[in-house]
Amino acid sequence: MGWRRLGNPVIAPAIRLTALTLRHGERVAIDSLSGAFAPGSMTALTGENGAGKTTLLRALAGLHPIAAGTIDRGGLRPSDISLLPQSSQLDRSFPIACRDVVALGSIGRTGPFKAIGRPQLAEADRALAAVGLPDMGSRGIGALSAGQFQRVLFARSMLQDAPVLLLDEPFAAVDTATASDLLAILHRWHGQGRTIVTVLHDLDMARAHFPDTLHLNGARTTWGPTAAWASRAAA
Amino acid sequence: MHDLLIAPFALGFMRRALIGCLALSVAAPPLGVFLVLRRMSLMSDVMQHGVLPGIALGAAFAGLSIWAMGLGGFAAGLIVALLAGWLARGKGAREDSQLAGVYLIALALGVALISAQRGVDLTHILFGSVLAVDDAALFAMAGVVSIVLPILAVIWRPLILESLDPGFFAATGGQGGVWHLTFLALVVMCVVAGFVALGTLMSVGLMMLPAIASRHWSVSLQGQVRASVVLAAIASVAGLLLSFHTDIPAGPAIVLTSGVLWMVGLANDTFRSAS
Repeated sequence: MGWRRLGNPVIAPAIRLTALTLRHGERVAIDSLSGAFAPGSMTALTGENGAGKTTLLRALAGLHPIAAGTIDRGGLRPSDISLLPQSSQLDRSFPIACRDVVALGSIGRTGPFKAIGRPQLAEADRALAAVGLPDMGSRGIGALSAGQFQRVLFARSMLQDAPVLLLDEPFAAVDTATASDLLAILHRWHGQGRTIVTVLHDLDMARAHFPDTLHLNGARTTWGPTAAWASRAAA
Repeated sequence: MHDLLIAPFALGFMRRALIGCLALSVAAPPLGVFLVLRRMSLMSDVMQHGVLPGIALGAAFAGLSIWAMGLGGFAAGLIVALLAGWLARGKGAREDSQLAGVYLIALALGVALISAQRGVDLTHILFGSVLAVDDAALFAMAGVVSIVLPILAVIWRPLILESLDPGFFAATGGQGGVWHLTFLALVVMCVVAGFVALGTLMSVGLMMLPAIASRHWSVSLQGQVRASVVLAAIASVAGLLLSFHTDIPAGPAIVLTSGVLWMVGLANDTFRSAS
């Protein structure tokens, strides 16, 4: 086990990239990127469309092949890393209740065959309450708004209880109230010592809420404290 | 009434066909529900036509042995399913066109191979015959069901996760491809098991139509699976009776009764949403 859990706080290891190069077919999506996501850091991953944000996120989760260079996850298995894909990639017409979607989050820890019993379902209900959806456990996911569905996915991430969380545009297509609730959850995870990397389009949100920013922009990629990057971008 | 509904099943071949179809009704429709959910309905067509060349080759080498035809059909169905999946993923063409191309060729090849042999009745293989359900065929159907159900129970959760959110499942270390392949193998097994009674042209009928209809009876996955099994059982009984009294082959008869059940579900939904 490459990370220690001390009660509630989590100590995640650093994730180091060394001359990481990722390809998307023939195209180079990420070219020789080096740096580290510090333990317990909270990083906004920004950049134009096609800059390689999602590709980098998938590579961190072990889902995209590495063309060159290395990703050192400090002993974490890819399954210790929680990836929240863009919710538009999910089949919202699937006949399944919110509680079951959330409870399935625990399979990252238990594997797909361990029984999901009352304790997990009760945990799922508590997670749903924590994301502001109490009493919605038996509701089918097809009946939810985009914002409510994103809350369900956050609740699922809670059950994953991973030391590292990767989120792909979690605030796209949700209303302001939902976005601020979800941000509060991100801050709570951050406070627990989890490492968070979030793909964002909203640069104001990055400045206001994310201590670090990795801005992907080909050769002019910048990575560091958000304040420094923001002042340079303004200059 | 007794003559109409009960007496036909006093005959041995009708009883065997009934037991075989009821067994298939337990295993095939749940697979159909997943095919619908995974947007693979057209793939079921590919697989049922894909088994035909294998059945023909099995018959060519070992005569009309259910095991030879079944094994040939299983191997061919799996090969065609993998080929279709590979073609559909890449090559820059539309997925459905690739699938249509594959199943047309498989169907033509199967018909050609069967026609080239004497003593094999193409009509029975294409449309099924309750008279052909002998003890060996019945054992094959029941045997397939006994294999399919426990495996489906084991892969149930990975299959749900992989259908709902493949990215998340892969990120938790789930091997999506393994479950997908296992699932395809189960579908092909049920298609092959059904061909003696239902014919290769109709053998996914008992898998797909009850599954499609089940969406009108339940909003939960478990409910849809249960509803699909009940609908398939009703269609089996009613279809075999229709076949017995009208001389329609069993395959079309069962598919038509399944179709009626689907229409009832559609009408029920339409009236409910209108009122």
